[in-house]
Amino acid sequence: MAYSDKVIDHYNNPRNMGSFRKDEDGVGTGIVGAPECGDVMKLQIKVEDDTIVDAKFKTFGCGSAIASSSLATEWLKGKTVGEAGAIKNTDIVQELNLPPVKIHCSVLAEDAIKAALNDYQKKGDAASDAAQPATSKAGA
Amino acid sequence: MKLPIYMDNHSTTPCDPRVVDVMLPYFTEQFGNAASRNHAFGWAAEEAVDRARKTIAALINADAKELVFTSGSTESNNLALKGVVEMYKEKGDHIITCSTEHRAVIDPAKSLEKKGVRVTWLPVDKTGMVNPDDVRNAITDKTILISIMLANNEIGTIHPVNAIGKIAKEKGVLFHCDATQGVGKIPVDVQAMGVDLMSFTGHKLYGPKGIGALYVRRKAPRVRLVPMIDGGGHERGMRSGTLPVPLVVGFGKAIELCAQEMATEAVRLKALRDRLHDGITGALEEVYLNGHPTERLPGNLNISFAYVEGEALLMGVKEIALSSGSACTSATLEPSYVLRALGVGSDLAHSSIRFGLGRFTTPDEVEYTIDRMIKAVNHLRAMSPLYEMAKEGVDLKTVQWAAH
Repeated sequence: MAYSDKVIDHYNNPRNMGSFRKDEDGVGTGIVGAPECGDVMKLQIKVEDDTIVDAKFKTFGCGSAIASSSLATEWLKGKTVGEAGAIKNTDIVQELNLPPVKIHCSVLAEDAIKAALNDYQKKGDAASDAAQPATSKAGA
Repeated sequence: MKLPIYMDNHSTTPCDPRVVDVMLPYFTEQFGNAASRNHAFGWAAEEAVDRARKTIAALINADAKELVFTSGSTESNNLALKGVVEMYKEKGDHIITCSTEHRAVIDPAKSLEKKGVRVTWLPVDKTGMVNPDDVRNAITDKTILISIMLANNEIGTIHPVNAIGKIAKEKGVLFHCDATQGVGKIPVDVQAMGVDLMSFTGHKLYGPKGIGALYVRRKAPRVRLVPMIDGGGHERGMRSGTLPVPLVVGFGKAIELCAQEMATEAVRLKALRDRLHDGITGALEEVYLNGHPTERLPGNLNISFAYVEGEALLMGVKEIALSSGSACTSATLEPSYVLRALGVGSDLAHSSIRFGLGRFTTPDEVEYTIDRMIKAVNHLRAMSPLYEMAKEGVDLKTVQWAAH
């Protein structure tokens, strides 16, 4: 199978490859996939004032999976948390010219974005819970 | 050294130029039909076919009359399985084969299974070998055929066929061997192996594509087959159709060259293969050999690189033609069934690469490949969340993955 030039470029020059410390303030981490399925994506965002100021990824998977997650980090930077949630796998398919058999790679990237956003929200909720214990739960 | 490098010789091999040379006159000057008995064109073609048949039979210690030319191993395997089952259906309805056979044996066996034939699928050990005792224990009074390959196309493991052949003789069951990967590479002797039918093909041994053979034993026992293709009664009625004389001639020449060069070539290939293996494992950790450490085809190396995915790895070494057991390289999105049958985990099956060294592989190409593999694996491991987790001391087996 021939890869698109964009996939090859992301493979050779991955953008934002690396990791943040998971416990760092404002960092949300999403890990999706499984080694048995042949792809695992780790996608991390760093949020300040509701804006994603930085993003990083690490991916075990084929070239299309690597390119999908690399592209996702590029797109995430500068977006608000709300805007990031609107990124669709079909946008990734279009940008990278992924063939039908590789669409699952883009789905996985969308899942990774959602998982990272969820993790960020959860950490935020937990932090505010910790700040005002019991009282905020009283009515619940 | 020229790029790209071809290192996928289990898939196919280039036609040796010496083979092409002898084929050419049979396209244009000696174009006769080998079945034309009444003129010089036919006689010349028949003579060429006879010569090739003798050469091929000699390499496997068979009689020339015991060879049926086919279009290749897929056809030979189909003819052996379906032809024997149909011919001997009064005698029984059970066949024995193995889970790591090539699809060209598995699929005909499954097709027979659908028609009511009982098929025993024998397991293999972690080196990919069938246990002859398992074969013995699977035989019933309804068993008519055992089909076990000589050497596996993915991992190169060589099965103990002589022992299996002995059991088959003792029990009076016919033994078919798909020897596609073995003929021309390692010594093959149908008498010593005790095989009754054997498939092999030209394009795996530096001959042309589109020509293969099925060895069909004529004495002790005389094996009979129901043909799949009816017509002019060629090949003793077992496979009708005008013989492709240029291909037959090329097949014969290819076999002749293998016979002359096999002993020295096997030593050369094994040394190159071992250098490739050592060069890679010397520079990279967590590289695992798939298959048997010693009972293996000389040109075969199948290894898994933990924490990197096979297709991504192939993409990183685009200028080298290799093959992977990764699901991403197959249409089914399932990783290699051969590696799974060995008990290799899906994760490592996804990480496997098959190197197939051949007659035209040079030491320079091997050194280049070692260097490129090391760089590509390091590039991908730096990118791999699994490698990162393993380095942090996380046991990947205990992680709850969000499988999709």
